Amino acid sequence: MAEHEMIGTSRQSRIMAHFLLVIGVIVVAFPIWYVFVASTHPLQQILRPPLPLLPGAEGPSNYARALSGDIGRIGGVGVDRLLLNTAVVAFGIAVGKIVISMASAYAIVFFRFPLRMVCFWMIFITLMLPVEVRILPTYKVMVDLHLIDTYAGLILPLVASATGTLLFRQFFMTIPNELMEAARVDGAGPWRFFKDILLPLSATNIAALFVILFIYGWTQYLWPLLVTNSNSMNTIVIALRKMISFADADTPWDLVMVTCVLAILPPILVVVLMQRWFVKGLVETEK
Amino acid sequence: MHRAHFPHRLLPWLLVAPQLLISAVFFYWPAGQALWQSMLREDAFGLKSTFVGFANFRRVLSDPAWLNAIQVTAVFSLLTAFFSMAIALFLAVQAEKVVRGRAFYRTLMIWPYAVAPAIAGMLWLFMFNPSFGTLAWPLRQLGIRWDPLLDGEQAMTLVVAAASWKQISYNFLFFVAGLQAIPRSLLEAAAIDGASARRRFWTITFPLLAPTTFFLLVVNSVYALFDTFGIIHAVTGGGPGKSTETLVYKVYNDGFVNLRFGDSAAQSVILMGIVIALTAFQFKYIERKVHYG
Amino acid sequence: MAEISLRDVRKSYSGLEVIHGVDLEIADGEFVVIVGPSGCGKSTLLRMVAGLEEITAGEIAIGGRVVNRLEPRERDIAMVFQNYALYPHMTVRENMAYGLRIAKLSKAEIEERVARSAKMLELGQLLDRKPRQLSGGQRQRVAMGRALVRNPAAFLLDEPLSNLDAKLRVQMRLQIKELQRTVRTTSIYVTHDQVEAMTLADRLVVMNAGVAEQIATPAEIYDRPATTFVAGFIGSPAMNMLPARGLGDALEVAGQRLAVPAPAGRDLILGIRPEHLHPAGPEEPGFELHVQAVEWLGADAFAHGSLADGTDLVLRTPGKAPVRERDRLKVAPDAAALHLFDAGTGRRL
Repeated sequence: MAEHEMIGTSRQSRIMAHFLLVIGVIVVAFPIWYVFVASTHPLQQILRPPLPLLPGAEGPSNYARALSGDIGRIGGVGVDRLLLNTAVVAFGIAVGKIVISMASAYAIVFFRFPLRMVCFWMIFITLMLPVEVRILPTYKVMVDLHLIDTYAGLILPLVASATGTLLFRQFFMTIPNELMEAARVDGAGPWRFFKDILLPLSATNIAALFVILFIYGWTQYLWPLLVTNSNSMNTIVIALRKMISFADADTPWDLVMVTCVLAILPPILVVVLMQRWFVKGLVETEK
Repeated sequence: MHRAHFPHRLLPWLLVAPQLLISAVFFYWPAGQALWQSMLREDAFGLKSTFVGFANFRRVLSDPAWLNAIQVTAVFSLLTAFFSMAIALFLAVQAEKVVRGRAFYRTLMIWPYAVAPAIAGMLWLFMFNPSFGTLAWPLRQLGIRWDPLLDGEQAMTLVVAAASWKQISYNFLFFVAGLQAIPRSLLEAAAIDGASARRRFWTITFPLLAPTTFFLLVVNSVYALFDTFGIIHAVTGGGPGKSTETLVYKVYNDGFVNLRFGDSAAQSVILMGIVIALTAFQFKYIERKVHYG
Repeated sequence: MAEISLRDVRKSYSGLEVIHGVDLEIADGEFVVIVGPSGCGKSTLLRMVAGLEEITAGEIAIGGRVVNRLEPRERDIAMVFQNYALYPHMTVRENMAYGLRIAKLSKAEIEERVARSAKMLELGQLLDRKPRQLSGGQRQRVAMGRALVRNPAAFLLDEPLSNLDAKLRVQMRLQIKELQRTVRTTSIYVTHDQVEAMTLADRLVVMNAGVAEQIATPAEIYDRPATTFVAGFIGSPAMNMLPARGLGDALEVAGQRLAVPAPAGRDLILGIRPEHLHPAGPEEPGFELHVQAVEWLGADAFAHGSLADGTDLVLRTPGKAPVRERDRLKVAPDAAALHLFDAGTGRRL
């Protein structure tokens, strides 16, 4: 390993680096550990600081109560429904965005058609119009189209944005021209070329984008807040917010902590398990 | 060399149609509406609206509450960008030094990326809850009158901490990639020239990281401007007073809570201008290698 | 089995014509090489035959069928690309079978054809590898194999050897030639390398600036280049070009009078290949050459020098009797191997 070592990185400074990294990791990971610990203690314990740093014995019973309907008794909607809603939104946004942006990027890179560049700029400019800057009118469109409290309403407006198209366009442009020509000489039309050549070659990019978009969808806040009135259409993040009242002492913190763990666990698993593609995709695509 | 293309005419239109359709319905139409609405004023009953030109903009721009929001946003964005980037860079430099365990540290470092901003805010408020937060407890023991729900500066500290914490993962990944891209030979040359480790960092590593830093600065600003709505909404609700009311939060609040549509629309349009400027800036100075041909 | 014919084929990009009307008749089974400097339009011409570029004007027929408006796959051709264009995610076997699968051949038939082509190209061991696990030469052979399995009416090869190192290039050159002799499929081969062109071609097309300057056998092109461009492009080192003037029964060049009949009063260019110069005898008229540099190659040597009036001249001598730098010697051309061109048009007289 000697050739990988930084010049002048002595043994002491490496140990120092490890020490600092461990502190860094503790700071960064502590809030997540802490919420997990809190979810395993009884309510009385949580309300009497300081909280122990290790999990308590109430874990199984807290989780059992939360999953068996206690959360439903607070917010009116069971945690299973909340997780389902959130999963539908996250998958819907991730898959929808990948399909839509791949299709448009494919058209823009591999075809010549009138107004091609106009289409490209039309898509590009949406980059500059995030939901936050057009909240009210977009909400009005949702009302007019009867999309309030629907999955379509939660997903559709977040499905089209320029980032995916730009990413795929950039990737498609790195594919050698001759590859497409070879496929054409071999007799492949647009669909076969896409299915047999382009799609397999894009696999890594798709995986990376999937992770990024899944997280994006799972962690949405402003939009679900606006387009859901009915509690049964809430995502888990919104429902969590509704469960908490910081001012009064009625908040069932033990159940809130369980909900919190359930809300952050799926995206954390996705990021950690798909880490390789995620890191590659994130760093390569956004730079 | 000319790029080869499929000769089809109709097919490409079918392929771009879904995205164009969604963009038109959910982006262009509402954005146009925002522009139009920003020049209207509704009467007290919301029955009639009249065209008032730039009057809404004039009122917004001279509204002390809006000027306060600008200031809050600036402070919040700068602090968040600074802390999340500084901590991430520091940790990335340490990670560059170690030989073993890099993947391990990275795995533990990326968790917060997956946490929703709103949840990040709630976590921090839980830890620093004045009545039972485990980390608020030692502050009290030290004699600090800690109550972020009443003290504006403490509220700002808390949301900055939560927002920075969540963004460390992202910045860390980019700084690690940026550090790995720096040619080792340059650092070796500097070492042979007798530069100390600290000097090598400030005279070689840091300047060569400039593109990464610059890119992250823009990304973090956009993040602090928009994505942190959840933190503010979930933790402070813009308060206490208006001490954490950012621009986006105010647009939401004026539009959905106070139902002042004209003002909210005018603020949206101003925000749009800020986003366009930031995006243009980013593409002009950062994405030079991207060709839009 | 197919002959290919190009009739007044032209290509323009947004109004700018880059191929100025090329006529070419290729017989069934013939191996034609298109050679020229980069940017002369040779690749464009090939891609027009393949159907990858539209034809602005003129007509291309393959096997007697006009293909102007046909897609590449409808033209019954196979192509080998300069960078091979192997599908990176497919194995060698899948790469070769891809076109056959699209053509909906039976599994057994595909298997049989791939095996046969793999055997011809000695690819048997490599069938289950991915392109990135192959060396440059192996990839080149796979690209050939992919064309071969299709059993097309014509092979189109676009600089297929230019990414290989010199030694491998010679080896592959021989293999391609042998392969084409075996399968006898009509082939068009584009290259900028004149050695490849000379050694492979049944017939050569020398292109320059969108025009086919000469279409002929390699020997004819070498012995009777039609224009100064062809004369200068084919042969290494290049043919010496000396400004000359016709005197009717003789020729005035570099202050010397050569007994070569030439139209009186015309400005001409006299072309002499380096190997067609020899040391002049005492009585023989010749040029005084001041040698400036000598390239010794072993079997022979090239002496670069200039004449009294400043004209550059290259002379080939046997390696055993080399000239030395700063030598002054008198050289004379072989009267039978002189080339005369019109100075204005560059055409051969």
